[in-house]
Amino acid sequence: MITAEHLGEGRWRELARQALARLLRSYGSARFDLCEDAVQEALMQAHQQWPAQFPDDPLGWLVATARRRYADRARSDARRRDRETRAALLQAPVTPEAVQRDDSLLVLRLCCHPELPRSGQVALTLRAVAGLSTAQIANAYQLPERTIAQRITRARRRLGELGRPLPPPGHAGESVTAVLDVLYVMFSEAHHTTAGAPVRDADLAVEAMHLARLLRRGVPESTEVTGLLALMLLTEARHPARVGPDGRLISLDEQDRALWNQELISEGIGLVDQAAPGAEPGPYLIQACIAALHAEAPDIAATDWVEILALYRLLEIVTGHRNPTIALNRIVAQAMVDGVDVALAQIDALEADHPGLPRLHAVRAHLLEQVGRPDEAARAYRRAIAATVNLAEQQHLRYRLRRLAGVTVGPVGAASRPPRPR
Amino acid sequence: MKYLIIMQIDPAVLEQLTEEQQRQIGEGHGAFIAATKESGEFIATQALADPSQSKVVRSSGGQPEVTDGPFVESKEFMGGFYLLDVEDEARALELAQQIPDAAIPGLALELRPVMFADLGEG
Repeated sequence: MITAEHLGEGRWRELARQALARLLRSYGSARFDLCEDAVQEALMQAHQQWPAQFPDDPLGWLVATARRRYADRARSDARRRDRETRAALLQAPVTPEAVQRDDSLLVLRLCCHPELPRSGQVALTLRAVAGLSTAQIANAYQLPERTIAQRITRARRRLGELGRPLPPPGHAGESVTAVLDVLYVMFSEAHHTTAGAPVRDADLAVEAMHLARLLRRGVPESTEVTGLLALMLLTEARHPARVGPDGRLISLDEQDRALWNQELISEGIGLVDQAAPGAEPGPYLIQACIAALHAEAPDIAATDWVEILALYRLLEIVTGHRNPTIALNRIVAQAMVDGVDVALAQIDALEADHPGLPRLHAVRAHLLEQVGRPDEAARAYRRAIAATVNLAEQQHLRYRLRRLAGVTVGPVGAASRPPRPR
Repeated sequence: MKYLIIMQIDPAVLEQLTEEQQRQIGEGHGAFIAATKESGEFIATQALADPSQSKVVRSSGGQPEVTDGPFVESKEFMGGFYLLDVEDEARALELAQQIPDAAIPGLALELRPVMFADLGEG
């Protein structure tokens, strides 16, 4: 007999997502909260009943049960009119192969609605599309469950208030930009976890990559979607080399490239090769191209910095020169192409416009260290340490400062000791 | 992004407040807690006892030693805090200005980003 366990967590989540999409199509995204509650209740019922009797059409069963739950709720809700209830009950039966392509996309786009605050978009996406529990999301973000629950409730309510929030399906590709940004934030947050944090039962990076794959199935023709997935895969591939055993961040120039995940790299590069030729350059695809060039290089010296610099310049153009972090990354590439002096002058200019820019002092310190100006480098490292709020990054900077000062660097625990005077 | 909003208070200032003002402050904090809970930004808040209740543990010749009283002599001290999770620094500043203390001369709010937190859940 097939049981809930045989189904597997991935399949459960997929069923939940598909059922939610069906209900949203029927009742409208303004009823997001009711639809999601109805699906949750149907899932609980499935967990209880399926072990005894597994339905022939699990999705059809779920959708039918969720519709009944929806009708119950709609009926008991004083604000709903009778006619809505009747409409819910009279809804046409589910056809098995209905609109698979943009089902998940509809839910994704709703959860990432531009009118929602970023934190609400991310929490709702993880819950309604990725299928994580509130507790798992809270754990991933190291926040109380109550805080996450409130964000989800609020986001669902807001979707309801927006009335008819999104253009009808069929214009799938046109509004995935917001989804891309939400998934990228989710992914980046996974890579900014602090050292020594407790083990988590939900990996945001894995969820973000899963969602990017889902999105790509929905809009395979979008080179930005493919670019984002490739960027995630190529970044994730370097992750094992990015964090040392003591939780310290290891910068690209010192990473052991043998630790890079070649499987992810070849998949990422494959996607870039497939999407890039002739594509209109968008920010995610360009960043994926840069990541691919790093991934292909055996070391820093053999990296194609000329091409990387050109890509960063292009990235600055397509993003309207509004993002100083991109300018900072471009300056790093420029140091490799035009020399450190040119780069240092540009950092000074960048600092004048953006005094509090994260990582600016760190980049300056690295450059000063490279050209043998240790006193100035040490000063820059100290400012960089004071300016960062990321523990792993701080440990990396302390390590470089101690090394600069000629202090023997011990492994675990050393980072908490202040640097000795030279 | 987690921020700790530290309420720097001065008992001399608080003593000068009328009862009506003190009532307004109490209600203002209540409203602030309710609003940040509703927005999903609230994590925790605590009000601390007067520094005269403090004990200080610090090393003396390699041995921990316990003494009475405040760590540093100062007119202002940390009276309590809010721990919030917000989108960015701008939002943290916006919220800090809604705390009643922000409207009282002689009191202050200090904002610091949190680098690591274990809230004891999960």
